[in-house]
Amino acid sequence: MAPSRDRNVRLGESDQGKSKKSPKTEINSKVDLVLESRKHANAVFDILEYLQAEKEDEVVCAVNACNKMFCALLERGDLFIGQLPKEEETLVTANYSAEEKYKMWMRHRYNSCVEQLQDLMIHEAYRVRECALCTLMKLVEKEGKAPLIAVDWDEHYNFPREHLKSVVERLLSKEEDMSLLISRFQEFLDFEDVRYYVMGFVTENVAKVMQKTKEAVPLYQNNVFTLMTNITMPSQQTDLVNFLVKQEAKHEDWKAAKLKDHRRVFERMWLGFLKYKLPSGMYKKVLVILHDSILPHMSKPALMIDFLTAAYDVGGAISLLALNGLFVLIHEHNLDYPDFYKKLYSLLEPSIFHVKYRARFFHLANLFLSSSHLPVYLVAAFVKRLSRLALTAPPAALLMIIPFICNLIRRHPSCRVLIHRPSAAEATCEDPYVMEETDPVLCHAMESSLWELQTLQKHYHPDVAKAAAVINKPLSELEDDLNEVLELSAYEIFERDLKAKAGPVPLEFEPAKELLNRPGEVVGQHFTLE
Amino acid sequence: MGKTQKKKGLADKVQKTKTATEIKNNPFEVKINRKKFDVLGRKTKHDVGLPGVSRSKAIKKRKETLLKEYKLKNKANKIIDRRFGEYDTKMAPEEKILKRFALERQRIHDKKDIYNLNEEEELTHYGQSLADIEKLNDVVESDSDTEEKGLLSAELTASHFGGGGGLLRKKSPHEQNNDDGTHKPKTRQELIEEMIVKSKLEKRERQTQREEAQELTEKLDNDWKSIQSLLVHRTPKSELKEADEKPKPDEYDMIVRELGFEMKAQPSERMKTEEELAKEEKERLQKLEADRLRRMQGDIEEDSTKKVSHLSADDLNDGFILDKEDRRTLSYQDGKWNIEADEEGEESGKDEEDLGGEEEEDGEEGGESADEEEEESEEDAESGDEGSHSDLDSEQDSNQEEDEKEKTDKEEAFPVVQKTLTEEERIAQQEAAKAELPYTFAAPESYSDLLSLIQGHSPEKQCIIVGRIQKCNHPSLASGNKFKLQKLFGFLLEYVGELATRTPADLLTVNKLVPQLYGLCQMFPEAACTSMQSILCDSAHDMEEAIELKGRSPFPGLDMLIYLKIASLLFPASDFRHPVVTPAMVYISQSLTKCPVTTLEDVTTGLVLCSLTIEYVSLSQRFVPELINFLLGILHLAVPDKTSLGYAVVPPFKAKGKSSDLLVVKNEKVAEVWKIKQQPLSAVQGLKFKDSLEIDHFKFSSLATCLDLVKRCTSLYKSLPSFSKVFQPIGTLLMKHLPVENYPSHLRALHQDILEAINSTPTSHVPLVLEKKKPVPLKLYTPKIVEVLDYGKKRGCTKQERERERLKHKYKKEFKGALREIRKDTRFLAREKLSEVMARDSERKRKVKELFGSLATQEGEWKALKRRKNKS
Repeated sequence: MAPSRDRNVRLGESDQGKSKKSPKTEINSKVDLVLESRKHANAVFDILEYLQAEKEDEVVCAVNACNKMFCALLERGDLFIGQLPKEEETLVTANYSAEEKYKMWMRHRYNSCVEQLQDLMIHEAYRVRECALCTLMKLVEKEGKAPLIAVDWDEHYNFPREHLKSVVERLLSKEEDMSLLISRFQEFLDFEDVRYYVMGFVTENVAKVMQKTKEAVPLYQNNVFTLMTNITMPSQQTDLVNFLVKQEAKHEDWKAAKLKDHRRVFERMWLGFLKYKLPSGMYKKVLVILHDSILPHMSKPALMIDFLTAAYDVGGAISLLALNGLFVLIHEHNLDYPDFYKKLYSLLEPSIFHVKYRARFFHLANLFLSSSHLPVYLVAAFVKRLSRLALTAPPAALLMIIPFICNLIRRHPSCRVLIHRPSAAEATCEDPYVMEETDPVLCHAMESSLWELQTLQKHYHPDVAKAAAVINKPLSELEDDLNEVLELSAYEIFERDLKAKAGPVPLEFEPAKELLNRPGEVVGQHFTLE
Repeated sequence: MGKTQKKKGLADKVQKTKTATEIKNNPFEVKINRKKFDVLGRKTKHDVGLPGVSRSKAIKKRKETLLKEYKLKNKANKIIDRRFGEYDTKMAPEEKILKRFALERQRIHDKKDIYNLNEEEELTHYGQSLADIEKLNDVVESDSDTEEKGLLSAELTASHFGGGGGLLRKKSPHEQNNDDGTHKPKTRQELIEEMIVKSKLEKRERQTQREEAQELTEKLDNDWKSIQSLLVHRTPKSELKEADEKPKPDEYDMIVRELGFEMKAQPSERMKTEEELAKEEKERLQKLEADRLRRMQGDIEEDSTKKVSHLSADDLNDGFILDKEDRRTLSYQDGKWNIEADEEGEESGKDEEDLGGEEEEDGEEGGESADEEEEESEEDAESGDEGSHSDLDSEQDSNQEEDEKEKTDKEEAFPVVQKTLTEEERIAQQEAAKAELPYTFAAPESYSDLLSLIQGHSPEKQCIIVGRIQKCNHPSLASGNKFKLQKLFGFLLEYVGELATRTPADLLTVNKLVPQLYGLCQMFPEAACTSMQSILCDSAHDMEEAIELKGRSPFPGLDMLIYLKIASLLFPASDFRHPVVTPAMVYISQSLTKCPVTTLEDVTTGLVLCSLTIEYVSLSQRFVPELINFLLGILHLAVPDKTSLGYAVVPPFKAKGKSSDLLVVKNEKVAEVWKIKQQPLSAVQGLKFKDSLEIDHFKFSSLATCLDLVKRCTSLYKSLPSFSKVFQPIGTLLMKHLPVENYPSHLRALHQDILEAINSTPTSHVPLVLEKKKPVPLKLYTPKIVEVLDYGKKRGCTKQERERERLKHKYKKEFKGALREIRKDTRFLAREKLSEVMARDSERKRKVKELFGSLATQEGEWKALKRRKNKS
């Protein structure tokens, strides 16, 4: 293109400015030029060049400039609409008008810009990534308003799917942890249509990637999981009001505007994700959120049964967590789980008092055992096992488990024989309870007594000793409130003990003269002061 | 009301004059109050009135009262006739006269002696004549007599009122026995005679009984008197007290008394013999031990302890206790305790006779002030000043050492050796100290002050410096000193912490500072408690933060271990609940459950914590699940083959993992050369090993410690009902998994002991039975009584309001009535006055008329005379 005089002058100006002005102003002036008249269209190349610049600031600047420029161009309709011919073709076949040529040329630039922006989404600087993501989404929005695909029939709904799909693909990177960018992306997921299509793309993407590998891909799955957890589903049809792209015709019939379809896609996405092997950390994460952010939004929660039963059989912490989801299914969706209590019984291990999800587990166990229709032998087995395990529990757990046991006995008065067996008084016997037996029917808990609680009456912590002493007297009618003690931590107990002030401080009357020399010394027996 | 009663009385009088029927039947007298409605069930009082009668009643009454008052108005004197029956209208005059005469005669007759002027006055006491009381000196109140008098036996009543029927019927079978054939019933006369005889007999019997009882009581009284005199001797102090409580004596009395007291210098308590001192000390320790046991039992058995402290009838109230707790403390030391202590006392009695017993009793105060004086005096003397502190200290020390000797029969020679050692050191030190140390120190205001005072001195000197700071700033010297010393405790603790965190840790200095800490703690328990608590709190807070961040936390450092140890030295670890010890236990438990064992240092730290725990609970024998878990975990570290375990390890330990083979001994030959050796506490801070052999040595030492701790646990928890269940995992581990055969003999012996202990404990127990509870008494529902003030007449919501309404109404009624009465009174008075005036007027008129008449006659006579004169 032959540079005109006018342009020369301007360029000269800008050249002069270049020496002193920052690239930012230069880019901005170029954008202005492009938008001003078609003559300066070639400046687009300069701008696009800046996208590959070394400096972070320049890249961000260029991205912003692209945003501004292409938004304006899209609004103006300066981009070619319809099936785009190859760039070479446009040059060869000259049966297009100059106008069309310009539009095609611009469309090519636009496409290359989008590609570059997508590449920038995995730039090392987070600022650039964020900027690129925002720009892309902005372009998605504009594209939705001014579609670049020729509409040939009425039923078609305008949405730049391909564009969004490639964004999602970039977000679900296999090599990098994209959680920061994904959390930035969350704001776009508030748009109903974006969410709808993203869910669809995630499903596709997961299927495609996992099919190939067959093995757990922690990084990728982590990205997918982050993206999926960032999706907040609407709970009512009337909540669906926030759209990125408004459809003029038949808006109500649009799938993205229907809660039912949302749910279906959501369900398909999760099932598709959970179908494949998960790393164990991921297992736990999924199970933690399962009951309150996944199950309610599924159209058929019962489909989760397979996943949950598999998880329940894994054992350890994962089983504990699966319990919550299972509870929802049993409680609300009529799931029949054979040997549920047997399984629950076998979950009671010494480590149960030390795991992070202790409060949640005992909350659920309390719910499961609250039924008054349970057979006595079962409740007795639970009581006996819990009290046996209590022999290894820290005080925080003991303060919870003792009222728990007492509540069970209160609920099932026929379990009272465990703490009160006057018929066999005076006759000593060995504990008939069989700890190793996994079947609560065969463990002989009903013939035993809670000697463990009697032992705990000698516990070093005064509160525990007091709590355990409850079984010496007939239990009160009212159940103890467990909610307060479920979350009790050792540090809370510690603080409570520190604050409890009572009267004068008793002192040791035996004078101390040395650190390790006293009657009954134990430390001094094994260690020396060196 | 009195008024109505009086009215009634008057009405009666009226009715007497006219018969009631006559008046009532007279239609002119009766006024009928017609009612508008008849209300069923209401009794009407005022439907018929007798206005004439009531008016006349009223007038009559007024005449008797008001009129009399009116007549007596403005008259100061009045005569009261005291003659018998003067105002009694009912009595007939003849009767009055007769009675008066009789009285007169009687008075004259009663006076036996004309010279005895006040014979009639009799001295009484509580309404009883004193003379009588004197006569019947000790008569037992004849309650029984009066009872008898009032008593009505069945026979008596039957014979008196039942017409003898019952009596007869009762007697008849008896009679039949007497004479079978003849059914001749006794006559009534005979029966009565018989009864009289019988009752007399009974009476005599009762009398003899009473006499006997009286005799017995007299005897008892005599006995009591003899004992009482003894008792009086016992409690002279209480008498003194009483004297004080008497009303204030005047000045003279006071002076006299003062003089008396001065003269009577009371004998001071004699010097106690060694035996007595030892005994006292023993008793003091016994008391403290009993107190400790009580605290150990805690709140749970508070009730029962209350019940135990009951006063026996034989209690002489001299503080001598002989109960179970006493005996228990004796048996506590294998029963040799008592005898040994006595011997000890006798032995030491000879060479240490000048030992002041007062120091023990007066406590810190006396000792300290004595120190003070001595110190001052010796500042001049400049000789052996160092010895003076240490002298006293050593005195106390030796005392304390004796206590320990008494208490523990473990190490006989040890204290002596210790003593001589310190003696030597002290002498050496004295020389050095003479030149250097000043004798007064200002109390440090901050931690850095303390450091500047202390730093650069040897441990012993540091100890002395701290001691001198204490003495120079004793609370009795100045008011602010208490606060300063309280702070000193905190600084010292901080210093101890710093010493322990140094590398290498300066634990010997810490050791020297312990007595100082103990002394300060005894002086200011509250301050010591708070500073200890704050240290624990800080550390626990750090640990909690680490746990929240990572889910685990590193083991506490050596300083914390030292703090925990000091806490157990300063405070009684056996208390059921203690502001320092309980949090410390929670802290230890937290460390044992949340800190993963990854290195050999961790193993050492954990073992120190475990031994601390055992020390904490050794007296109270309380159960610590974390301790057992941790020991199991440590032993698990030594198990080479981790497959098919018959037990489950508890977090922080894992069945398998990278550091779960920490204590597996690699080189088995080490077992032959290994010897028991105490590990240094500094191993907590870091271990350096030259080669793998040394590591294996260390492993064996750790295992030895661990096994010994397990052994202690087995003996500690022997009495627990679930002993076998608690030790089951350890038992399986020891039995099946631990490669004991490769271990040194010492370890094998320990291993054997533990297994024996575990297996020998009985596993069977009595099933649980609830405590028997007292039957709850039935609730008694007494009827609720509601006072009905006015039957629904007055409405009002609350009781008070209704009551007020009622009173208001009543007041109004009364007020009106009173007004009416007053009006009537005035009317009556006016009428009276008028009639009086009228009477007076008519009198005057009559007199005037009379005068006029007489004058008229006079005039007439005069005129007639004049006329006659004229005529004549």
